[in-house]
Amino acid sequence: MTVRLLHCAAAVSALSVLAIFGFLLWFSLPVFQGGALAALFSWHWRPMQGEFGILPMIAGSLCLALPTMLIAFPVALGLCAFIHGMGPAWAARPLIGMVRFMTSIPTVVYGLVSVFLLVPLLRSSLSGSGFSWLAAMLTLSLLVLPTIVLILDNQFRMIQSEIGLGALALGLTPAQQLLRLTLPLSSRGLLMAAALGFGRAIGDTLIPLMLAGNAPLLPHSLLDSIRTLTSHIALVVATDSQSAAYSSLFACGLILFIASFLVNLGLHDLRNVRRKGHD
Amino acid sequence: MNKLLKRITVRMVLSLVCPMLLAGTASAGEFDGFAGKRGQINIAGGTAHIPVMKNAAKRIMQANPGIRISIAAGGSGVGVQKVGEGLVQIGNTGRALSDDEIAKYGLKSYAFALDGVATVVNPKNKVNNLTSAQVQAIFAGRITNWKAVGGRDAPIHLYTRDEASGTREVFWEKLLKKGAIADNANVVASNGAMKTALAGDPDGIGYVSIGHIDKTIKAPRLDHVAPSQKNALSGKYPIVRKLYMNTKGEPQGLTAAFINYIKGPAGRKMTIDAGYLPLN
Repeated sequence: MTVRLLHCAAAVSALSVLAIFGFLLWFSLPVFQGGALAALFSWHWRPMQGEFGILPMIAGSLCLALPTMLIAFPVALGLCAFIHGMGPAWAARPLIGMVRFMTSIPTVVYGLVSVFLLVPLLRSSLSGSGFSWLAAMLTLSLLVLPTIVLILDNQFRMIQSEIGLGALALGLTPAQQLLRLTLPLSSRGLLMAAALGFGRAIGDTLIPLMLAGNAPLLPHSLLDSIRTLTSHIALVVATDSQSAAYSSLFACGLILFIASFLVNLGLHDLRNVRRKGHD
Repeated sequence: MNKLLKRITVRMVLSLVCPMLLAGTASAGEFDGFAGKRGQINIAGGTAHIPVMKNAAKRIMQANPGIRISIAAGGSGVGVQKVGEGLVQIGNTGRALSDDEIAKYGLKSYAFALDGVATVVNPKNKVNNLTSAQVQAIFAGRITNWKAVGGRDAPIHLYTRDEASGTREVFWEKLLKKGAIADNANVVASNGAMKTALAGDPDGIGYVSIGHIDKTIKAPRLDHVAPSQKNALSGKYPIVRKLYMNTKGEPQGLTAAFINYIKGPAGRKMTIDAGYLPLN
């Protein structure tokens, strides 16, 4: 009975993902058929002049998600190393407690605090309006950090419970155990944490919408305003549902969907390759 | 998503609170036009109308359980199309109908509110007057320093709204004369977000619906005319538009009662609450 229920639940989730994909494909079909594809892959979003290019938004999403991971992942790894042996034991528990607390703060709070603290700081200490790539990147890093830390922490914990006694018997210090055993053994966990963090970074809507400035341009400096695919959808969804601007949103959704699909696929492949290597 | 959640919460709270309040606040005669009527009114079109329409619909439906009112968005163009094709009884527009539209569908327009849009800056900004030409040049990116218009020596930060915004449409058509808005302008998602951005940015410039102006932002005069509700109503301040309800032919029964309700005392109060100026 339980097994059958579980099968049902699995089927429903798989089917809904497929349904989402079908829905996006169906609605973006007119865009792909009507010769509007070339118009979609242009650098100019000026709906008033009939230009519906979404390349700046694709660039914006990547510009935001990749550097966010470059900041958040090493910091998360360092935090986990500190918690698991590199730092003093008394600091570990409050630190992981704080990270857990960070995951429970709603995204909008991060956004709001940044609008009133980070944006004015960037505006007065650097230049520009403060609503920028940099502001969104810093805040988003803080947002995805706890996700990565918690996955890594779980992974480290699992491995250390397996090898902890053996390592002690061999006379390894906690730092040696972490560097020589735990880290090399948790490569899968590292990949998974990176993929989930990236998915969170590229999918987040509120942070770029509130902080990145939303100008549909390719940024030339960290202080320039950028627009991501997600915030683009949020901004344009209220327009006339008959317009070309509106149908282009489904193409944006499709691109986001395919991006996260590819990340998961790549992860799956990497895992398989690694497993074969172990056998 | 958040908007949706908020809307649902608001709806839940209202549905709890309204019946309690209703007994106390429903003035005698408010719902006289609906007495003994049953049926459905479908409304579609302009987004600016929605707060007033929703409020009215909620009160009418609570007082008259036999009446259903549905409200859909879509923008002015959709409003005209749907009412013209007979899919809805009332099609809302944030602009006057064109002669073509009136001729094609035989539509009747009922203006009920005036909405003005003002250029706004941070209260610390010393600039107290801007000419239309200056505003156009600033938003097109031709003037990039406040010094050029009598302010301090600092770069101008542009803020604009998304293309779905009715506020943007009026501002762009009437003040910018359909001129360019620089690509590097920051885009914010609502009148409220515009206010927050400008309240914090001493060098910012943007625009909001007049109803949204308060102490946190400053509206410089436009060609020496203050963008006040009084000047908007008298016609001295020109960056305004009317909000219209349109019907196919002369409105009948429930539809007529609804239009009278919006234009009556209760509707006028809702119009003011939504930040617009009621029209006679």
